[in-house]
Amino acid sequence: MAEPLLVVENLQTHFRTPDGINRAVDGVSFHVNAGETVAIVGESGCGKSVTSMSILRLIPEPPGKIAGSIRFQGKDLLKLSEPEMRAIRGNEISMIFQEPMTSLNPVLNIGRQIGETLRLHQGLSARDAEAKAVEMLKLVGIPEPGRRVREYPHQLSGGMRQRVMIAIALACNPKLLIADEPTTALDVTIQAQILELMRGLKNTVGAAIVLITHDLGVVAEVAERVVVMYAGKKVEEAPVVELFNTPRHPYTQGLLGSMPKLGSSLTGTETRLAEIPGLVPSLKQKIPGCVFASRCPHATDLCVKVAPALEEKAPRHVAACHYALKEGAIAA
Amino acid sequence: MSSPLLDVQDLKKHFPIKGGFFGGVTGHVYAVDGISFHINKGETLSLVGESGCGKSTVGKAILKLFPITAGQVVLDGKRIDDMSSSVLRPLRRRMQVVFQDPFSSLNPRMRVRDILAEPIHNFGLARSGAELEEKVGKLMDTVRLPRDAVNRWPHEFSGGQRQRIGIARALAAEPDLIICDEAVSALDVSVKAQIVNLLQELQERLGLALLFISHDLAIVEHMTHRVAVMYLGKIAEVAPKRSLFAAPKHPYTEALLSAVPVPMPGKARERVILKGDVPSPINPPKGCRFHTRCPYAFDRCRVEEPPLRPVPTALEAGHLAACHLHDLSADRNPLAVAKGQALLAV
Repeated sequence: MAEPLLVVENLQTHFRTPDGINRAVDGVSFHVNAGETVAIVGESGCGKSVTSMSILRLIPEPPGKIAGSIRFQGKDLLKLSEPEMRAIRGNEISMIFQEPMTSLNPVLNIGRQIGETLRLHQGLSARDAEAKAVEMLKLVGIPEPGRRVREYPHQLSGGMRQRVMIAIALACNPKLLIADEPTTALDVTIQAQILELMRGLKNTVGAAIVLITHDLGVVAEVAERVVVMYAGKKVEEAPVVELFNTPRHPYTQGLLGSMPKLGSSLTGTETRLAEIPGLVPSLKQKIPGCVFASRCPHATDLCVKVAPALEEKAPRHVAACHYALKEGAIAA
Repeated sequence: MSSPLLDVQDLKKHFPIKGGFFGGVTGHVYAVDGISFHINKGETLSLVGESGCGKSTVGKAILKLFPITAGQVVLDGKRIDDMSSSVLRPLRRRMQVVFQDPFSSLNPRMRVRDILAEPIHNFGLARSGAELEEKVGKLMDTVRLPRDAVNRWPHEFSGGQRQRIGIARALAAEPDLIICDEAVSALDVSVKAQIVNLLQELQERLGLALLFISHDLAIVEHMTHRVAVMYLGKIAEVAPKRSLFAAPKHPYTEALLSAVPVPMPGKARERVILKGDVPSPINPPKGCRFHTRCPYAFDRCRVEEPPLRPVPTALEAGHLAACHLHDLSADRNPLAVAKGQALLAV
C-alpha cells in the first residue's frame, strides 16, 4: 500500500517559558489518507491546535521547538527550507481558523484576499484571479458572488466570512485542509450550514481534512476517524462509529458521559451528568506515568508509575491505557 | 394557584442608534420587542436563541441594569421596573446573576473572602464578624471549594473554579432567583458537567428559581423545566421541556433542534437547514419575523404578525407558539405531528 498523504510521527512541540519547558505536544503520531476526514478532539490545552500549527510550521521558533517527523506526500516538512515551506502553505496544505472576524484582512476586499493565494501560487493575473474568486464564492454558496467579491469583511456576517475563509483555503485545490474549530464561533443554524457545505465540498473537491474541535457532536457529523488528545498525548484513536459506540480509554468514556444527550427528555434518560473530577495537569512537569492517572476513576499504582503505550485494542482502534480490555470495558 | 415569582409583561428594550452630524437618534435596535413570560418559585425557565436574539438583554432588563422602554417586571407581586433605585435596593438581594466569563466577572484585586463577603455585608445579612466568616465558609462548602481558599486571589483559580466562586457570590445574598447568563458556555466539556450538576443540586436543595440563558440546547434540555425560544427580540415558542423537545410547534424551534450536532455518528436524522442569516434587529422583517428564513412561510406570514398563543395540537398544556401554521387544517400544518424523535434521532 502507498504511504498515506500525511504521516505525523512522534511529534513533539515544546515551548521554552520562564518557568520551565511546556510540553504542549509530546510524542503524537497519526496519519491521514488522501480524501479522508480525521478529527482531533480534546479540551482546551490538550495540544490539538499546536499539532495543527506544527504541521504547517506556524510555530515561532524559538520559543517553540518542533521535533519528530511530519511527512507530507513523502517529504519531511520539518526538513524543508522556509521558501519551500511557503510554496506548500495555502497551496497544497491550507488552513481554516476559528475566528472568521480576525483572520480576514479588514482593509482588502474579499476578491483580493481569495486572489492573493492564486496569484502567488498559480501565477494568475489580477483579472483571472478575480474571475476565479467569483467562481470560488459561488462554490461556497455566497449569493451574488459578482457583487460580493468587491465587498470588505465588515460587510459580511459571521457565517459568510467563514464561507470566504473556506473559499480562500480551497482556491488552490489543496490536498489537505486543516480546519481549526471552523464552526465554534458560529450559531447552531449557521454551523449546520457550514458543516453541510464542508460535507458537500469534500465530495466535489476531494481534499483530505484534519478537523480540530472540542465538540463531539461536530466530530460525529463529519469525521471518519477520530484522534483523542489529552495533555499533549494521543490517548485513543478509532473509526468514528467505533469510538462513540465502544470508547476504550477512560478519558474518552468520561468525555462522552459528561455530555448531555439531546433528546434525553424523550427517551427518559435524564441522569446526572458524569463528571471528570479535577483538572488537566500542568504540562510543565514531566509526568512519568499515565497523563490521565490523576483524574482517572480506575487508576492504580501502575498507572502513576508507568506510562501506558498505545496498543491496538480492536482492529484499527488504539488506546493508551493499562486496563482498557479488548472487549471495551475497563477492568474494575 | 400561587402567583409566580417573576412575571414579565410585554417587555420592550429599544437601544437608540446615535449618528449623523448632530449626533441625533437615527434609528433603534429593537433588541427585545414585547415579550411576556413568568417563572414560578423553584422553577428553571431557559431562554434559548442565537446571538443577537435579545436573550441577554432580557436578563439585564429584569435586573434593571438599564431602564426598559416599555412593559412591566413584577417580582413576587411587586412591580419593580418603575421603582427608584433606593426602593429597589433591598429587593435586588432576591435576584442575583452569574455571568458567562469567569475571567472578567470577578474583581482581580479582591480576595475570594471579600468577593463573597461584599453582598452579605451590603444587605446586612450578618450581625457579627464571626457570623460573616461562618457564612463565607459555608458558601465555600456549598460550591465545593476548600475553605482555606478564601485568602486567595481570583487569578489563582481555573475557569471552572472561578465559576464556582461566581455562583457562591450569587448565593451569598440568599436570593430567590438566579439569572445564569451563559454561565457554563465558556467552560470545557468535563468542567461544564461539574457546574451543571452543581447548579441542579443547589436548585433542588435551596428551592431556587433559575432563568437559564443559553444557546446550548442539550444543556438546556438537561437542566430546565420549561423553555422559551427567542428569535429577533420576540418569543417564538414557550413550552414545558418534554412538550417542546418531543413536538416543537414553531418552525424556528424545529430548525434549531435539527441543527444541533449529536454525538451519534451515522444516525439518520430529519434535517431542516435554514437559508441565510438572522436579519438585523434594527430593521426587523414585517409580519412574522421569521418568515424570511422559514421553510413553510405563506402569504399571511409576510403581512400579519402571529401572536403567541396556545397550540391545540401540543403534547402538554402551557405550550404556546407564535405561528400562523396552527390555523391551518392538520393535513396542511407540517407541525401538527410530533417530530422530535425524527429531528433528534432518538
